[in-house]
Amino acid sequence: MGLYIAKRLLAAIPVLFGLTIIVFVIMSMIPGDPATAILGSYATPENVEKLNRDLGLDKSMVEQYFIWIGNLLHGDLGRSYSLNKPVLDEVLSRFNATLILAGTALVICSILGLIAGVVSAVRQFGLADKVITFVVLIGISAPSFWLGLILILLFAVKIKLFPVSGMYASYGGGGPLDLLHHLFLPAMTLAVVATGVIARLTRTAMLEVLRQDYIRTARAKGLSESRVIYKHAFKAALVSVIPVIGIQAGFVLGGAVYIETVFQWPGIGSMLVTAISTRDLLLVQGGVLVVAAAYVLFNLAADVVQTIIDPRLR
Amino acid sequence: MADKQTKSRPSTFRLLLNNQLATAGLVLFSLIVVIALLAPVLPLPDPDLTAPADRLLPVGTAGHLLGTDALGRDLFSRLIWGARVSLAVGISATLIAAFFGSLIGLVAGYAGGKTDTLLMRGIDMVMAFPYILLALAIVAVLGPGLLNALYAIAVVNIPFFARNIRGIALGLSRREFVDAARLSGKSHVQILFGEVLPNVLPVIIITMSTTIGWMILETAGLSFLGLGAQPPQADLGSMLGEGRKILFTSPHVSVVPGLMIFVLVMSINLLGDGVRDILDPRLKSGSLTRPVPRTAVRRETVPETIERDPDAILDVQGLRTEFRIGPDVYKAVGGVDLKVGKGECLGLVGESGSGKSVSAMSIMGLVPTPPGSIVGGVALLGDEDLFAASDERIRQLRGSAVSHVFQDPLSTLHPLFTVGDQLIEAIRAHQPLSYRQARARAEELLKTVRIPNAGSRLDSYPHEMSGGMRQRVCIAMALANEADVIIADEPTTALDVTVQAQVLSLLDKLRKERDTGILFITHDFGVVSAICDRVAVMYAGKIVETGTTEEILTAPKHPYTAKLIDCVPVLGEPERRLDAIEGRPPVVNRLPDGCAFAPRCPRAQADCRSGEMPMRQFGERRAARCLHPLEEEREVEHV
Repeated sequence: MGLYIAKRLLAAIPVLFGLTIIVFVIMSMIPGDPATAILGSYATPENVEKLNRDLGLDKSMVEQYFIWIGNLLHGDLGRSYSLNKPVLDEVLSRFNATLILAGTALVICSILGLIAGVVSAVRQFGLADKVITFVVLIGISAPSFWLGLILILLFAVKIKLFPVSGMYASYGGGGPLDLLHHLFLPAMTLAVVATGVIARLTRTAMLEVLRQDYIRTARAKGLSESRVIYKHAFKAALVSVIPVIGIQAGFVLGGAVYIETVFQWPGIGSMLVTAISTRDLLLVQGGVLVVAAAYVLFNLAADVVQTIIDPRLR
Repeated sequence: MADKQTKSRPSTFRLLLNNQLATAGLVLFSLIVVIALLAPVLPLPDPDLTAPADRLLPVGTAGHLLGTDALGRDLFSRLIWGARVSLAVGISATLIAAFFGSLIGLVAGYAGGKTDTLLMRGIDMVMAFPYILLALAIVAVLGPGLLNALYAIAVVNIPFFARNIRGIALGLSRREFVDAARLSGKSHVQILFGEVLPNVLPVIIITMSTTIGWMILETAGLSFLGLGAQPPQADLGSMLGEGRKILFTSPHVSVVPGLMIFVLVMSINLLGDGVRDILDPRLKSGSLTRPVPRTAVRRETVPETIERDPDAILDVQGLRTEFRIGPDVYKAVGGVDLKVGKGECLGLVGESGSGKSVSAMSIMGLVPTPPGSIVGGVALLGDEDLFAASDERIRQLRGSAVSHVFQDPLSTLHPLFTVGDQLIEAIRAHQPLSYRQARARAEELLKTVRIPNAGSRLDSYPHEMSGGMRQRVCIAMALANEADVIIADEPTTALDVTVQAQVLSLLDKLRKERDTGILFITHDFGVVSAICDRVAVMYAGKIVETGTTEEILTAPKHPYTAKLIDCVPVLGEPERRLDAIEGRPPVVNRLPDGCAFAPRCPRAQADCRSGEMPMRQFGERRAARCLHPLEEEREVEHV
């Protein structure tokens, strides 16, 4: 199994390179002169020319890519014009907050989604199934940025249970409890859609598994129904749900952009929105790269977990 | 049992209307679309008309149904105009994504090889990005704006279409009709759009109906972030974004547009789910229902006094099992009697679809419900009627008094647990042993079924063993609790001939040593002759002939039995193998009047085609359900 994990890690490297190519290609699609786009229309011609030279824009695309990727590997993501500091510093300091938010949301949606899906399948066509199916439908249809606002109105303004925004209290804040207090609403909001998707898939996977021959075998052995469902069927269903949880990591990391904006969470998402508005493209590029790399690693983790569960993959 | 083609299929649209939720979605979505389309002719105030004096009026103000925003603009009017923009953007993005995605998918799937690899690698790379992030990067480069947001959302959705359509196109391009078109000289473009495209259309529609909701949601999201629609242009997302600034003082300004997005997306999702359920046959209602732990017993009449054969440990009388699928009732088992004595092996023989497996699986309630249910008869295990026993009692008996061996040992063993764990579980379900004791017992069992290195084999997973080994494990599992009866459902069918012989002799030896009764289901008289003491032949849900193995093999009474025997290949006479029975067994929801075999029977006469066929006795425990039984003795070639 160690060998398999090593193989998967190696296989992730080309994917990471693929990401850099896509980001590079997108960034080279800037209409007009990139230097002007980066510096803004008030830039002096000297500055534009200097930046063009700095960025190596007088060279071919392939050369430019290799220079860029070389810098990237040295941890040089360029300098943010709006913040006047290295992109890497800003991105890394922001990434922590995003990781806390997205990671918590991912844990919440996995647990709630799996429970809801299993209950729904076990009580198929019953009241619990109908209620869960309906709630899931609402969850995947509601815009998360709107849901966030409603939750703020309800639980932060009407009932002052949670803070309106931010990651820590401004005065006397800090510490894990304060963080949890601030984390609850945004993490729940971020988890809603993914919970719905996971619940739906878990339900289908459970129903499919429960029709398999080995479930009949388990019943023919005289196992109790709870053992049949929670041990035999659930483990088999998990194999098809885990890759979906890996994919949901992408939606959660992406959805963090809205939630961080709504709850003013100091993560990469809210940074990206500001950076796009101020046309700080190097900052956008750095943020996108780091979050995309995180997604690759999340998927890798899902792969490894799946291998632990399913011996046929080893 | 699956022959449902004869019924006229209702149209797709009718099916959609049968689904209440989908209908609700359709009505809601149509309503929003119609109102949005009619916006220019509806008597609405100008959505962009500012009136500072009337700013932030609450919901329900006269003249302003939903109040006004921070600039005094009428919210109701803005909502409808905003929905118009959101819809237009969402639908356009869907069409763009569907067009390019389907094109990539079609070309990749049809061309295959290097083109496929190259295109799909590109798609994989795009999918390696978190969805929204890629859209953000594109908007960052192109600059904020509604049209740019539309492009960005369309681009990030292309992979979903490409992947789904490529999968189907790949399968289709290997099919005969595509080859035929190619041979008839059609060009690739003609084949792709004339032959392949019409067949992938349902998949394109399913993907569209499942992605359009997201696309509306995501474009609204970009506008909410201020990266989509720019003032004065407004879609639902940008209205929500503007309203957010005054969330605490005038929540309605942001809550209302959000609610509209929610209703719009929900109606699309309801509709999309309905469309998917209809077009995706796998999800068609009923095909994914959870079987309950035990077959439902719905006996109309329960015999008050049951006469029990004292020699039989398992005595099934008048068993009737039905499947209800939609309006159809399939009478899979129509009154079957089976008796298994101590240490006796009864062979239950018949073609697939004859009801032999359903009969056997009914005994311990292993026929899936829905759709199956037991509607008549008794199954006596000793003195106990199994059909009257409680669920818990059945659970206790399963695997202890009555155990099972199934056909395909790969699919019947759980792929994710070691065979040791599965054996130990079977033992501990009925015996109060510790894990360690059970493990020792499991190793013993593996030795009994002659698995080499039994101790280390306990830690193997099913996929690491050969078919024969796996079936030995299944037999070991059936022996785990000293069962009185083993129900073996085609246990050797999935195995090689040499392995088949080994497994058969093993079963035969074990049952003689342990005095275990076996109900042995097979379609193969060759197997019957190797292990069974007595035989019951089944056709169309009924026993048509019973007797000892020797009697049946040497002097079959029923023409069907004779035909089945003829199907057994004999070494040195390869041409006999071809003597399969002409025609197919009847569908059990529309059984012909009279003898069910009559349409395929060479000896059938007029009287065979009407009335109930009685079982005729030919001596003690020898009977056949035939009006014109065969008389002659046969030469036995393969006992």
